[in-house]
Amino acid sequence: MRYAMAVDTRKCVGCSDCVVACQTENNVPHGFCREWVVETMNGTYPQLEIEIRSERCNHCINAPCVRCCPTGASHFADGGIVLVEHNKCIGCGACIASCPYDARYPHPEGYVDKCTFCIHRIKIGLAPACAAVCPTKCIYFGDLDDLNSDVSVVLKKRKSKTLIPEAGTKPQLYFLI
Amino acid sequence: MEEEILVSGRMNQLIDPQLNIWHWQIPLYLFLGGMAAGILCIAALYFIRGRENDYRTAVRITPFLAPFLLVIGLLTLFIDLRHKLFFWQLYTNIRLQSPMSWGAWTLMVITPVSFIWCALHIRDIFPRWDWKFKWICDIETFFNKYKKALAWIMLIYGIILGIYTGILLSAFNARPLWNTSILGPLFLSSGLSAGAAATLILSKDKAERKQFARIDLVLIGIELFFIIHMFMGFLASTQVQIEAAKLFLGGPYTMSFWIFVVTMGMLIPALLEFMELGKFHIPAIVPAVLVIFGSLMLRFIIAYAGQISRWLY
Repeated sequence: MRYAMAVDTRKCVGCSDCVVACQTENNVPHGFCREWVVETMNGTYPQLEIEIRSERCNHCINAPCVRCCPTGASHFADGGIVLVEHNKCIGCGACIASCPYDARYPHPEGYVDKCTFCIHRIKIGLAPACAAVCPTKCIYFGDLDDLNSDVSVVLKKRKSKTLIPEAGTKPQLYFLI
Repeated sequence: MEEEILVSGRMNQLIDPQLNIWHWQIPLYLFLGGMAAGILCIAALYFIRGRENDYRTAVRITPFLAPFLLVIGLLTLFIDLRHKLFFWQLYTNIRLQSPMSWGAWTLMVITPVSFIWCALHIRDIFPRWDWKFKWICDIETFFNKYKKALAWIMLIYGIILGIYTGILLSAFNARPLWNTSILGPLFLSSGLSAGAAATLILSKDKAERKQFARIDLVLIGIELFFIIHMFMGFLASTQVQIEAAKLFLGGPYTMSFWIFVVTMGMLIPALLEFMELGKFHIPAIVPAVLVIFGSLMLRFIIAYAGQISRWLY
């Protein structure tokens, strides 16, 4: 099993519904977010190209945060989801410094927090909150090992990219371009 | 032209607008740990080589600083933790891939070893010291018997401690400035240099002072070599590392790095020590304090500048 997510940059309108849904679903403390939306503008007027990406933890295969965690609080759960076990985390900040995507944040209660791919929802067969709420249905989620899952199908059909692949992290958050 | 904005907003405290997760605690600890490692390595090395009587201060007196440095360092590390009550998790796990885990276990060994080393030499500071209890005297005799083994442990763990303070940072490939393995040897030589400077301050023996000025001079040379090497490596590397090097070559940290670390912390003390070895008389404390200051600034500047450096994104 290998969970992954694909975000269609051509369908995403940047409404940030996913961000709010994530904050509500996961009780993210005020002033913080586990996911965010980036808008990239390329070229000079009038030849402009826009790309909108809903970004979050990349749940990397070669996750630097898991590697550098001194207590094993950051770990791989089923399907390669990168999780933080709160009662093992000492809040040293090593994982935060090690993430090239800056996807983690220090929770006010002391431990480090991040996107969980809504593992509590996946376990009961629901899609992650961001994917479930997206009004343009541009977020695909599923198991890459299952060739018929939404994400496998769309990644086979469309061209895609990952963020900073040169960091060697093998990110599992794909962007359809 | 490319422009990138976060349309949803993201202002995670200590992450945005730029990473600021580690403050004064970490660089201060890196300095204290590095200096303690330097002091202990030098003491162990001279003891193993049987030069205890030639360099009495370095082997018997200066190590008294080490436990203080280590304990203060441990305290700053503890202050840095955000989930403090779970700190013991460090000692229920061994994670070979995590430099921080290595460091935690190294400190667990070298801190008690430094206390034992001081206990064995307590009579050099308090000549009439009496342990009062027989069992403590028995322990003392035991360690005196195996002092050489203790010195070897101290030497090996001292080197690990000195190198790990650099590797701790260089293991983060997300921060291109830190992501160079030369930080390990650079911090080790800087720690050894600060350790030698401590003996230079404390020693009353002219021959010993001369020897340590010589050691310091060599170590400063090695450090300068590593620094030049570091920049050569960065400038010949990828765009992100070129950008990282530019923080020191025209960027916001240019002045502080070249003035505080290189000029005040290395070139001036090297010159003063060179003069001291010649005919001039220079109070040993001046170059020594400068070296220690430079060593402290090196950690602070690398730790802060590294958090600014990032992938083009």
